[in-house]
Amino acid sequence: MQIEIVLAGFGGQGIMFAGQVLSYAAMETGKEVTWIPSYGPEMRGGTANCTVVIADEEIGSPLVKNPPVALVMNLPSLDKYEPLMRPGGTLVVNSSMVDRSVRREDITAIYIPANEIAEEIGDKRLANMVAVGALLTAVSVLKTEDIEATLNAHMPGRHKHLLPKNIEAIRKGYAYAQAHTVAAKA
Amino acid sequence: MARELLKGNEAIAEAAIRAGLDAYYGYPITPQNEILEWMSKRMPELGRAFVQAEAELGAINMVYGAACTGARVMTSSSSPGISLMQEGLSYIAGTEVPMVLVNVMRGGPGLGNIAPSQGDYNQICKGGGHGDYHPIVLAPANIQEAVDMMPLAFDLAEKYLNICCVLLDGSIGQMMEPAELPEMQPYPRPFNQPWAVNGAIGRERRILTSIYLDPPEEEITNLRLLKRWEQIQKNEIRYKEYYLEDAEYVVIGFGTAGRIALSAVRAARAKGIKVGLFRPISLSPYPYKRIEELCAKTQAFLVTEMNAGQMLEDVRLAVRGRVPIRFYGRLGGVMPLPDEILDEIEQMVKHPPKAEDDPAAIWLHRMLETVK
Amino acid sequence: MATLVTPENIVYKRPVGLTDTVTTYCPGCTHGIAHRLVAEVLEEMNVLDRTIGIAPVGCSVFAYNFIDCDFLEAAHGRAPAMATGVKRVLPDRIVFTYQGDGDMASIGMGEIVHAAARGENITVIFINNAIYGMTGGQMAPTTLPGMKTTSSPSGRDVEAQGYPIRMAEMLSTLDGAGYIVRRSLHDPANIRKAKKAIRTAFEVQKHALGFSMVELLSTCSTGWGLTPVESLTWLEEHMIPAFPLGDYKISEPVAALKI
Repeated sequence: MQIEIVLAGFGGQGIMFAGQVLSYAAMETGKEVTWIPSYGPEMRGGTANCTVVIADEEIGSPLVKNPPVALVMNLPSLDKYEPLMRPGGTLVVNSSMVDRSVRREDITAIYIPANEIAEEIGDKRLANMVAVGALLTAVSVLKTEDIEATLNAHMPGRHKHLLPKNIEAIRKGYAYAQAHTVAAKA
Repeated sequence: MARELLKGNEAIAEAAIRAGLDAYYGYPITPQNEILEWMSKRMPELGRAFVQAEAELGAINMVYGAACTGARVMTSSSSPGISLMQEGLSYIAGTEVPMVLVNVMRGGPGLGNIAPSQGDYNQICKGGGHGDYHPIVLAPANIQEAVDMMPLAFDLAEKYLNICCVLLDGSIGQMMEPAELPEMQPYPRPFNQPWAVNGAIGRERRILTSIYLDPPEEEITNLRLLKRWEQIQKNEIRYKEYYLEDAEYVVIGFGTAGRIALSAVRAARAKGIKVGLFRPISLSPYPYKRIEELCAKTQAFLVTEMNAGQMLEDVRLAVRGRVPIRFYGRLGGVMPLPDEILDEIEQMVKHPPKAEDDPAAIWLHRMLETVK
Repeated sequence: MATLVTPENIVYKRPVGLTDTVTTYCPGCTHGIAHRLVAEVLEEMNVLDRTIGIAPVGCSVFAYNFIDCDFLEAAHGRAPAMATGVKRVLPDRIVFTYQGDGDMASIGMGEIVHAAARGENITVIFINNAIYGMTGGQMAPTTLPGMKTTSSPSGRDVEAQGYPIRMAEMLSTLDGAGYIVRRSLHDPANIRKAKKAIRTAFEVQKHALGFSMVELLSTCSTGWGLTPVESLTWLEEHMIPAFPLGDYKISEPVAALKI
């Protein structure tokens, strides 16, 4: 088993952290994992992306040309990664920040209004966790409970009070994506 | 100890600290700043020495001073900074004192960029500074290997009174992977080596220098270094092999290029190609003998690097024309993707190279056609 | 004759801090005096066995053959960085550098300025003779305007080659510096003052009061093309006006130090 996930968005959307949460969860479920950022000047504002590879055995390349799964949090990221998706892959789109549909027909698109759902929960900074929840519908090796356990284990004490809302965000994102993907397929 | 998700640079820094690091002297340069930053916090809180030097030149000479006292000392930098350190490295080699250097390579030459590269292979492995000397160079391909290499690097440096360099590229420095850190060594570790200059309390005074004005005396010194190097070549060869049991073709790559090639090798195996991977870990000393052995059952080698074929020269030295070689490199901070290397493997099988080919020249002309 | 050399008759002898190796300096060179002063001070402070000297590149590259304590030999100009590396891991040792003007004020300018700025608890003995001695008398960063050297054969032209650098004045502006003075070695009275300054500098280090430096105006008969006696006069007449003697930085804690 090996799965490669690209997460992309603006700096400040919590993309790097979202990738790290997936990585922690993968490690804690006994998997091998790599998390690699695009680093450098683009770290300071602009677009940010990271690649997470999860596998059962020693991981070779930390980067992949055609990811089977990607999360794009804004339009420039959709424009960049849609053409790169592996045929049959799943592209999770933050529809709050993207005003167009996925054009390719050989991939599955999941639209998640991450910002709106985050605001409903009461903290717009949770959009990344909502999106992670949606992403998990396309990443069968990780369950929402794995992510929740990871957050519980690694959230610093001073942020622990935010845990319930993070968990709510992940669950809502997952539920929304599941409901709407199923609807689309039907 | 349990596995933790660690960033390469930070893991390297913490592993060095746990190995009993007494002093770190460095200067900021991307993509290795996390090492300096980690040290700036951890070393003072542990009561150990940390100085952010005025330049890499200052840093390496601070390392030189501390190394002469017998302290466990290291510095880290990235390509342009390593160039600036070459003066000190040569002096340290000539004085026969131990130190650890971490080079997190970036794209060059010149200011270049901050993207991952392996362009400093020759500079580090073949000496870099003036005079005849050989650093020990270890190249990790993942964070656990890098972590495990830090205590080893100090042990080797001290055992052979030699520079030991851990050579990686920016991607390993910036990447996160699960890894297990070593136990914290009891500290302070008394250092009072029989050669150390640390104040002549109760003993004859000592002098450490790299000056031998009398040429025959300098020749003897050079021979002493070479004799020690011979021991290192005998004892300290390291590499990792993948899928070589039945391999008809062998890919050779170190560090990140090696691990990317692993993905390509697996993909090629899935297509029925009997290919394996040989990943040198000690780049200096280089595993010439093992590659020579592999020649017997290998139809062709594919050497892949993130440079223009610097290690390729060492492979050619080992192969000596017995088996044809194909080369694939990416330059200037471009990381190859597994698909590219898979394509190279397929091309090698479909159009076998000839033993008399110049693999670097053939690759260059392919590159000039495709990269425009 | 033999009866004269009895212990009670000895008024002058080689200090314990100097080895019995004959120095390689030119006749009349003041390096020998500077070495002796350093050795006497280290002996008087009873710290020879806990002192680590750092020799430079220049005429005093072999200082370790003459001053009898643990020694390291630095790359050209890097002695202050090397001293930093040593002192930070062995803070209870006495660490000093011995540097000439080319070593310190030219190729080693970065290292000396930052060692002083960091307030490293090291002592620097700075020999200023306005010329590169070892390499054959070339222009130094301290060469006086109009002064002839083998690389300024018509005399230092300040329009093309700039002006001499006054290290004591420059370093005295740095807050990390505890004690910075300039002395001269051209006559016995000044030599006595120089020794006192060297003692103070090492005491500053012993009390961890920051960076200390004694600049010593020195002669280079060979490089200057003068006899040893003419050199001493030339130093007094030409170097002292350009590099005035005095105390450039005495921090408050240093001023309070009773020696």
